[in-house]
Amino acid sequence: MQLKCTINGTHYEENIAPDTMLLDFLRTKGFFSVKQGCDTANCGLCTVWLDGRPVLSCSVLAARSQGAALTTIEGVEKKAAAFGEFMAAQGADQCGFCSPGLVMNILAMEKELKNPTPDQIRHYLAGNLCRCSGYAGQMRAIEAYLKSKTPAGKGGKNEIR
Amino acid sequence: MKYVNKGIPKQDAMALVTGKPVYTDDLAPENCLIVKVLRSPHAFAKITDIQPSEALELPGVACILTHKDVPDKRFTMAGQSYPEPSPYDRRILDQWVRYVGDPVAIVAAGTEKQADQAMKTIKVDYEILEPVLDPDTAEGHPSVIHPEDNYHVNFDIGNKIKKNVCSSGKFSHGDVDAAFNEAEVMVDEVYRTCANSQAMMETFRTFSYLDHTGRLTLVASTQVPFHVRAIAARALDIPRQKIRVIKPRIGGGFGAKQTLVAELFPAIVTLKTGKPAKMIFTRRECFIGSTSRHAMKIRVRLGADKEGNILGIHMDTTSNTGAYGEHGPTTVGLSGHKTMPLYNKARAIKFTYNVVYTNTMSAGAFRGYGATQGTFAMESAMDELARKLSMDPLELRLKNLVKEGEIMPGYYGEKLNACTLDQCIAHGKELIGWDEKYPCQKISETRVRALGAAITMQGSGIPNIDTASVEIRLQDDGFYTLMIGAADMGTGCDTILSQMAAEVLTCDLSRIIVSQVDTDHSPYDTGSYASATTFLTGMSVVKACRDLIGKMTKAAAQKLSMDPGDLKFDGQAIFADSRAITLKDLARQLAVGQGSCLSATATTSQPVSPPPFMAGFAEIELDLETGKVFVLDYVGVVDCGTPINPNLARIQTEGGIVQGIGMALFEKITYNSTGKMMNSSFMQYKIPSRLDIGDIRVAFKSSYEPTGPFGAKSIGEVVINTPAPAIANAIENACSLRLRTLPITPEDILTGIHEK
Repeated sequence: MQLKCTINGTHYEENIAPDTMLLDFLRTKGFFSVKQGCDTANCGLCTVWLDGRPVLSCSVLAARSQGAALTTIEGVEKKAAAFGEFMAAQGADQCGFCSPGLVMNILAMEKELKNPTPDQIRHYLAGNLCRCSGYAGQMRAIEAYLKSKTPAGKGGKNEIR
Repeated sequence: MKYVNKGIPKQDAMALVTGKPVYTDDLAPENCLIVKVLRSPHAFAKITDIQPSEALELPGVACILTHKDVPDKRFTMAGQSYPEPSPYDRRILDQWVRYVGDPVAIVAAGTEKQADQAMKTIKVDYEILEPVLDPDTAEGHPSVIHPEDNYHVNFDIGNKIKKNVCSSGKFSHGDVDAAFNEAEVMVDEVYRTCANSQAMMETFRTFSYLDHTGRLTLVASTQVPFHVRAIAARALDIPRQKIRVIKPRIGGGFGAKQTLVAELFPAIVTLKTGKPAKMIFTRRECFIGSTSRHAMKIRVRLGADKEGNILGIHMDTTSNTGAYGEHGPTTVGLSGHKTMPLYNKARAIKFTYNVVYTNTMSAGAFRGYGATQGTFAMESAMDELARKLSMDPLELRLKNLVKEGEIMPGYYGEKLNACTLDQCIAHGKELIGWDEKYPCQKISETRVRALGAAITMQGSGIPNIDTASVEIRLQDDGFYTLMIGAADMGTGCDTILSQMAAEVLTCDLSRIIVSQVDTDHSPYDTGSYASATTFLTGMSVVKACRDLIGKMTKAAAQKLSMDPGDLKFDGQAIFADSRAITLKDLARQLAVGQGSCLSATATTSQPVSPPPFMAGFAEIELDLETGKVFVLDYVGVVDCGTPINPNLARIQTEGGIVQGIGMALFEKITYNSTGKMMNSSFMQYKIPSRLDIGDIRVAFKSSYEPTGPFGAKSIGEVVINTPAPAIANAIENACSLRLRTLPITPEDILTGIHEK
């Protein structure tokens, strides 16, 4: 079937098998940031945006993106790096395999929730598994990042402990 | 110090957090054959006939391999130094299949769909045999799991293969029976741990190709590139010089990747077809077709006098190694040797063990490597003893605790150079509020909060066996390349090793370039396991950098026509009072005409394995109506010697604690009555999510280990050991219920409460 969509703002017109999953489609097009961590939509590693909303690309058919705008972390690199520096400052990036999916979900959360509480953050990101960090370092990074974007936190130095 | 003991971001951090293509599958050539493995549906069977011919006719199928097509050479997949203690009990494909999931045939095709179709078309006839599923009845079972006549052990490991015993042995110091006779209080209980999945986020994967000289290149997500080379050579029956192994960024390992899992399948396809091939494990395959933590049954006998002086300890461990013996003979040892030495005041100790084969997936290496299982048993038993003595469990531990400067008979007679475990306990008590909150507080009619604690030790590398080499080179612009064979699997060893190099060379960190491991270029290193890297590879970095400074000074002396002894090096230049040459100039001059390439190599092996220590404290909330336990707060205080990078050490600790909480409360591999694994996805095998954990608080009480680089010991494994016993102890403090089998589920607690 013919699939027309945009990926990170670039127009794509591709002939795909109807059962192609979005994850496989994106990787075949060279968007290698999109990772697969499970077969059961549990881990969150494959999170990308479909028309600006986070989806698990392992369990969305590529055909569902007909006429839609897809965004991977390659398309929001500056924003990803801005948050990523806070992860790096904590050493919470570790193996990094879950990072692209997590970062995409954090950037989505930022658009969706204003001043989220720690509990809201945990719930929003509950589907993003990580086996290395124990989550605590990620949480410190997220809170420091969100704080840096408030008027009071502006210009605050990225604390290295 | 400028770089050591500083929380410096990892060198690869920005690439990882922005999703750069740096992992195995991101680097694989597009035209790779897709490799899949047909797996056994039976727990124990003999293949009587296998017909691939029809499948071979299908479009896109490049090759199908059966046990008739692979070398008849047995080997172990365990990444260990030669002579490996793990028995040579595997072939790439065998006529016997010994667990549900054991490989039966290898299929390579142009696409995944074609490979899947081919797998469905292969016809296999099995003679189904009675499987051995219960480790308690494995020894002497009528079914012999390894009937083959070319089974091989490298040395005596107490193997009784016709009785399904992979390994057995004993150790004793003093007369434990006499000690027990004298004891006024005894604990004699059996504790059980279960098989767990390492569950790193990147599943097993490897791609392979032949280079321009026809050599086999494996790009593998592994912790042990040099062991991969050695094992692949043996398994494929080709010389080691025909193999090159490259390790890119790895998406976690936790010991799983200290064993070969995916590597040999694409390798043999490439050898047979001459074509690039790759194998990417699905998560399901990762669960059913790799290795798990060894499930252990540990009987602990403790004898003490009325004052709480421990007189004797006996630990007896039965370990289930599954269908193959990967790490079987070695993990079991840590269950005793990394637990009993904590209480070296005991005048007699005894350790006996038996490792049995069963028709379940092979066990292997998982962070903690037997010490985790032993710690659950020993630290649970210590609380049981304290209860019998009506003593505070921490007081009992302190009374019997090993101290700096003492000999540890249970730890190969090693002397303890550096230890702040008593301070770790004291600081942890303060942080968790032990004196105010122990043992429990009733929050409501149905909710109780309680504290529990446990202590632990691990090692730093395997003494006299692990070896770590590095090479540092001065490059033509005055920067350095640091070649290491240790495998960064996300832990950040590339960064901490460069921190140590920059510290010794007094240069900016950006001038140290660390290469990824490539067995053609990297100096030999046994690999990243046994908590070895910081301690051993780190020491090699220190030695090599010092050596290089000497060589640079000598070269500068020649240029300046001076005596090297009169010169100083400050990282930028080599100088005396009146004359100087900058490092940049020296490096440039050495790269022109009759120059020389300055490099230094150092190797470290140690006769000792200095233990890091940790005290862990859990505050739990127990819901008496549902049996649910939530860990509200976990405090870990660690003595890892000098933390080279406190940020990374902290994350290691937090990550280890959360894995330990998973092991304590919900992670369990189970099999049905026919030997089929019942939890082969994250739906059924639950690892902790961020909703499952409360606060995690980490502190360090640093000792200084004289044999380690800058005083460092290790951190990677010790951090996973305390949660299971600390939580079990807290549960007893909450509801007077002692649960001795992991994981401790709400069902176990409710059943226990109702039975009381």
